[in-house]
Amino acid sequence: MDFKSPELKTAFHDSIPVMTGYVFLGMAYGVYMNVNGFSWVYPVSMAMIIFGGSLEFVAVTMLMSRFAPLQTFLMAFMIQARHLFYGLAMLEKYKGLRRRPYLIFALSDETFAVGGSKTLPEHLDPSSYYFYLSAMDQFYWIFGAFCGGMFGSFIPFNTEGLDFVMTTMFVVIFLDAVLKEKTHLPSLIGLLASLGCLMVFGADNFIIPSMCVILVFLILLRSKISASGGFQ
Amino acid sequence: MSPQTLPQQVITILLCAIATMCTRFLPFLLFGGKKEVPPIILYLGKALPSAVFAMLVVYCLKSVSVTSFPFGIPELIGITVTVVMHLWKKNTLLSMFAGTLVYMLLVQLVF
Repeated sequence: MDFKSPELKTAFHDSIPVMTGYVFLGMAYGVYMNVNGFSWVYPVSMAMIIFGGSLEFVAVTMLMSRFAPLQTFLMAFMIQARHLFYGLAMLEKYKGLRRRPYLIFALSDETFAVGGSKTLPEHLDPSSYYFYLSAMDQFYWIFGAFCGGMFGSFIPFNTEGLDFVMTTMFVVIFLDAVLKEKTHLPSLIGLLASLGCLMVFGADNFIIPSMCVILVFLILLRSKISASGGFQ
Repeated sequence: MSPQTLPQQVITILLCAIATMCTRFLPFLLFGGKKEVPPIILYLGKALPSAVFAMLVVYCLKSVSVTSFPFGIPELIGITVTVVMHLWKKNTLLSMFAGTLVYMLLVQLVF
């Protein structure tokens, strides 16, 4: 790696806002796994092969529940479905680049937020820039997960209730989505469908029915939702 | 501890990874050759995220009982603190920190 390359410098500079978020959230994730009895090997390997923050948190709950491969896959797909649209948005930018499989593999929310909005100056090589950006972002996340998983057991205070960090994370992500949307119908559908299914099917079995009900209502109400001015 | 055996844990983790890779690679595999993206897919892409995140909030709270003590009160207060903090400061990590801290204090000292 050429440490003086202008692509590396630009990528590092652009990745700084991601650094704090990923290191601290990664640490919270590592500690969360630690207090649930998992060795640091889990958060680190999951950070390396899944590399999707919100899903990794949910995966802890999945690992703590009865083995349910179908539900695990479907739920993981739904949680990550938004990445389908990052890919669509990056089709042109990533066209013909070197190490493209890695770039696609590592296209996380934050890397998309930074890379998708970046207009690269002519003299910089996009292959190197996007590679450095993706790799640094993933490194921050793995580093955070390692620290949390490794040193989580040395936390000198009572960690009861620390699990709630996952709830607060999704509350914040959901709130951001609600504030951005022009119609709140999709949020309402999500809330009512899952609450309804939770009551009908119970805590262990409500996810797959909820996903079906959400999809059906989103498709049924498509013209109404699209007509209200769309999103963002 | 996890009720799953080690091979089951490995499968669970791999399924999460495979599902993630499907969502990241599919658009490039399906539409890399300049094919039109069906409008229904574009629509779902915009409408799904907030609905799914609503579902995930419910998922986090699925084991909370509102009919027995403490009736979900710590969760309600923790979420309220998170929301108020986020509307006020718009800082994700700060909102998460405040909500989690208040919740921990509540379950350890009050309830």
